[in-house]
Amino acid sequence: MDFLDFLLHPLTLVTFFPLMGVLIILFMDKENKTAIRWTALITSLITFGISLWVLMLFNPANPDLQMVVDIPWIEVAGWEITYLMGIDGLSILLVLLTTFLTPISILSTWTAVEERVKEFMIFFLLLEIGMVGVFLSLDLFLFYVFWEFTLVPMYFLIGVWGGPNRVYAAVKFFLYTMAGSILMLLAILWLGISQGTFSVPELVATASIPGNIQIWLFLAFAAAFAIKVPMWPLHSWLPDAHVEAPTAGSVILAGVLLKMGTYGFLRFNLSLFPEASVKLAPWIAVLAVIGILYGAMVSYAQKDVKMLVAYSSVSHLGFVMLGLFAINSQGIEGGILQMINHGISTGALFLVVGMIYERRHTRDMDAFGGLWKVMPVYAAMTLIVVLSSMGLPGLNGFVGEFTILLGAFGSKVLNNPWFAALAAVGVILAAVYLLYMFNKMFMGPVDKDENRRLFDLNLREIVTLVPLLILIFWIGLYPSPFFNLMEASVTKLVESIQVAAMAGLP
Amino acid sequence: MPVSYYFALSAILFTIGALGVLIRRNAIVIFMSIELMLNAANLSFVAFSQLHDTLRGQVLVFFVITVAAAEVAVGLALIVTIFKTKQSINVDVLNELKQ
Amino acid sequence: MFLSEAAASGPTFFYLVPLVVFIPLIGLLTNIIFGKWMGEKAIGWIASLATGLTFLVAVLLGVSLLNHPEQVIVPLVDWISIGELQVQWAFQVDTLSVTMMLVVAGVGTLIHIYSIRYMHEDVRFNGDPGRFKRFFVFMNLFIVTMMVLVSANSYLMLFVGWEGVGLCSYLLIGFWFEKGKDGTGNAQAAKKAFVTNRIGDFGLMIAIFIMFWAFGSLNFDQVFAQSSQAAETVILAITLLMLVGVAGKSAQIPLYVWLPDAMAGPTPVSALIHAATMVTAGVYLITRSYPLYNSAQQVQYIVAMVGGITALLAATIAVGQFDIKKILAYSTISQLGFMVAAVGIGAYAAGMFHLVTHAFFKALLFLGAGSVILGVEHGHHHLEHEGKGENGGEHFDPQDIRNMGGLRTRMKTTFWVYLIGTLALVGIFPFAGFWSKDEILLEEQILDPPVYWILIITVFLTAFYMGRQVLMVFFGKPRSEATAHAKDNPPSITVPLIVLAFFSAVAGILNLPRLHSFTEWLEHTVKSIHPVEFNFLAAVVASIIAISGLFFAWLVYSWRYKKLQELPPAQRPDDPLRQWLGPIFTGMENKWWVDELYWAVILNPYIKLSRFLAEVIDWRFWHDWFHNSVIVRGYNSLARFLSGPFDLGFIDGIANGLASVTVRFAGSLRKVQTGYVRNYALMVLLGVVVIIGYLILR
Repeated sequence: MDFLDFLLHPLTLVTFFPLMGVLIILFMDKENKTAIRWTALITSLITFGISLWVLMLFNPANPDLQMVVDIPWIEVAGWEITYLMGIDGLSILLVLLTTFLTPISILSTWTAVEERVKEFMIFFLLLEIGMVGVFLSLDLFLFYVFWEFTLVPMYFLIGVWGGPNRVYAAVKFFLYTMAGSILMLLAILWLGISQGTFSVPELVATASIPGNIQIWLFLAFAAAFAIKVPMWPLHSWLPDAHVEAPTAGSVILAGVLLKMGTYGFLRFNLSLFPEASVKLAPWIAVLAVIGILYGAMVSYAQKDVKMLVAYSSVSHLGFVMLGLFAINSQGIEGGILQMINHGISTGALFLVVGMIYERRHTRDMDAFGGLWKVMPVYAAMTLIVVLSSMGLPGLNGFVGEFTILLGAFGSKVLNNPWFAALAAVGVILAAVYLLYMFNKMFMGPVDKDENRRLFDLNLREIVTLVPLLILIFWIGLYPSPFFNLMEASVTKLVESIQVAAMAGLP
Repeated sequence: MPVSYYFALSAILFTIGALGVLIRRNAIVIFMSIELMLNAANLSFVAFSQLHDTLRGQVLVFFVITVAAAEVAVGLALIVTIFKTKQSINVDVLNELKQ
Repeated sequence: MFLSEAAASGPTFFYLVPLVVFIPLIGLLTNIIFGKWMGEKAIGWIASLATGLTFLVAVLLGVSLLNHPEQVIVPLVDWISIGELQVQWAFQVDTLSVTMMLVVAGVGTLIHIYSIRYMHEDVRFNGDPGRFKRFFVFMNLFIVTMMVLVSANSYLMLFVGWEGVGLCSYLLIGFWFEKGKDGTGNAQAAKKAFVTNRIGDFGLMIAIFIMFWAFGSLNFDQVFAQSSQAAETVILAITLLMLVGVAGKSAQIPLYVWLPDAMAGPTPVSALIHAATMVTAGVYLITRSYPLYNSAQQVQYIVAMVGGITALLAATIAVGQFDIKKILAYSTISQLGFMVAAVGIGAYAAGMFHLVTHAFFKALLFLGAGSVILGVEHGHHHLEHEGKGENGGEHFDPQDIRNMGGLRTRMKTTFWVYLIGTLALVGIFPFAGFWSKDEILLEEQILDPPVYWILIITVFLTAFYMGRQVLMVFFGKPRSEATAHAKDNPPSITVPLIVLAFFSAVAGILNLPRLHSFTEWLEHTVKSIHPVEFNFLAAVVASIIAISGLFFAWLVYSWRYKKLQELPPAQRPDDPLRQWLGPIFTGMENKWWVDELYWAVILNPYIKLSRFLAEVIDWRFWHDWFHNSVIVRGYNSLARFLSGPFDLGFIDGIANGLASVTVRFAGSLRKVQTGYVRNYALMVLLGVVVIIGYLILR
């Protein structure tokens, strides 16, 4: 593959195109904020366009990796690191989600971020590179580079543009994630050195790791991913990071960064350590179910809307984890779809919260009431988002949650319908806390004077939300195109796990 | 003419240049001496190129000339600035490094 | 049977069935998009027209079924397909679903028309005319979701409608979200309805999971086809969990508590959603799942018992209520209990028949109650307008029957239709309720005597509380100024009432004894039902009980009430029964404290637990103490130890020693540093000479 081929390869473009924007912004006058915003927005839109081009090139019927870029990168002492990128049914939706949410988040900062716009946009575009890179890279080493790379822009996004307690939150976010990553790095090094390759597809195909070592490696990888997801009880960084982060940061954090954790489980833990996955699945499911119920209950007791949404993520991602570790097509496909759904719904929730925060500069639910009367458009859109988040049938959340629960209920690996039954209680509790929030903010009388004068959404804000609403309905009513994209890959994954797990049994 | 002559010339030029740098106080003269050293090196390159019958030395000379040109630009700019601040181009005034 | 095969056997309209969902959808989209530029009339009529057209489609489907009574499935598009899980958006047309469609769209159209006028008044009384459009959007949305529910051909699609109607219910109960107790009462009621329904939905969802893993499909046909071979426990679990769903949606014990609160919604909503259609979805679900219930007899008894006890309990509570709509709400719960009891013992035709007649007369009663409320509100506003604000501006409740009385002469049309509705509900010959209730009682008598006796008591109570209501509202003297100034409503309100009254009176002919037209119609779908012959004795017994209930009501609320009026107001009890029954009446008035019980046993502990988890466990222990104290402080003190005693004492000692040596050495070396570039250059030169010298001489 010569250089030009590499440069114009769709995966290279979709990953590194934001760099163009970064370079352009670098040479722009920092006072010219509008131009900087437009540059960032257009760059991210073009990146989204490129990802759609990737989607067109993508062949959903092919379960294997596609559009692979494989370039030798570093060769030291017999083990080689390659620049290996590729896409398959497990990752394509997440790439699309990333490129889709980035322009929306940038649009949401139009008036919210007024200081250091230049640096903000540069970090944001860099973050996009990192996230797409995480989803596309298939070499463990390359993956780790991208994985850690996303920390840096996010650290600054929280630490510079965040709320009053931002430095604490940023440092906590950084350290927490780093702590897990270190263990993963050790596991990566062990794998690479003992197996002689860092390439994931090669490892999946050839590696033979004894069962007890698989478990240790599984746990090391899981440490990094579980913190990122976050799984109960490692979620403590999440409320801090979310509450302090600027709106766009929260959207990306909830929408994409958390998915890096679940994606990691899917791509690495399930594929590389099938035996350990099967063995540990019930334990993961226990944590997932606790997370679902715990997140839902803790959400209910929050006073700050953003906290509520943050804890709801713990609950929702519990569903994703439960689905992934059901290890059947329904569970995993539902889990992947639920990652997308959570990105859309929770992203939209954070946007909605950001919009009211910009107007009132508070997120305390007690400060609101009767907003439906004052801001009908805003209320209607929020309602749809809330309903999608609580999994109302006909909207996206239901399709994901239903397939997950269905998969978990009949999972041969979990082999216990109580997981799904208890998790389904989380669906009830979701209605409790989300409707509590909606009632508190949008219903009831308008009893605060500040709320009487609020103006409804402007055109830009509507434009920010409408694409998300369209997807909410689309996935809810006609999810087949989404399932079709992942079906072949998931089926292959499930089969390979079953084969490997059977082989590993005494 | 044997190549050793060229090397001798080169060595002489280099020595003159080096002495110039060490002895003279005037910044411009020092600067000129540096150019002299560079060109002495160039001469060696060309001579070696001839000796080994390759073009590598000659290619390097081009690099050196380019770098020298850039160096002149920067150096003269520096001297002008120094003159503006110190009203002198005597390098002995410039011993701030000691502090 | 699929569409193509059906089309071959003659002219049919089955392919129109998607329209029952799409017409109201278009209606609501039209109102959302263009409503801004349309007047109230236009909005209301578009919504009504959409529902009316839906009714027309339902009629065409019904006509097609007369020629071709077997079920037809009309697929629309794939929905979810993962491995074995194949679910389509597909419509099932059979006699059962079309019955529901006819009821929903028929009653729905009348209520839509009624609402145009009613909401015109309502939005003005409540001070936000802008909400008129929203109401009709929600109403059309309800028709959409209800049609999805009844026309589904799989449990999953049914579930979409099932939760969808719950959403519409939420939106419409909370329609006046800034009103109610403390300004949040209505919003609370809406939330309560949704969450309680969700608990029911949880049961249904688990039932769906079991079904899928047991039968590999969620389509009705496939599930039923395999149900006969399924293990008994599987069927048992499915049917019991489904009963939980039914209890949520159809307001049965123990989940009925949301329905009375749901009366916070505007009256047409109570009529359409919380009386005629949505709440009957549970009855429909059991009827639809008849092959499952038929193969689980123990569950059938449980279902019947739940229905019977609900009927009785709700009827006792209805006796103690004073809110005209609350009485009707408890009456609805009670009547739903009848239906559930009927379908529980396998009398699906009787249950569905009662569902249909009940839709007519309960919608009529609610709309009549709405008409009464409007009349009284008119009187109230009339007074306020003249500056004679009653009770010194104190809140006046236009729904409290203690404030009413004597409306018979002031609201004539409303009175007559209300009376017809009452007689139909009580089950007096020849009104609709008589036939349907009689059929239920007859079947219970044969199949499940304990439930029969419970229902007989309920029949008495039903007659009593309805008699009480009618007597207190329409007879006697007005007990408030507002009532005295009430006047009847214009035709757009009364005409739908008259139409409904007509059907409430004559709907019995649908399933007259000996003809059994309705039973035979349903038999095409619900294969297990058989016509039951009319039993003259049973009918007479039921009628006597009902009439005696009315008689007692007359004794208490007309005869005794008049005497009480002679007492001075301070000693006068608001209800004669309070005197006689004492604590029992207080219990009935306070709904047997079930809400309080749930609050104490479920809600309060949940709130406390979630606060505890959030504040103590998650925040103070895990977030603050563990992370900020244990980890951070632990790290800090380790760092301090390392930087203090360890670093300063030991490492620094080494470092300092090294440093002082370095300082001394450097002191001697610093003389070399002249600061003249020339000197440095000389050093470089010397260095080079030395290196080159070494290289040459080596």
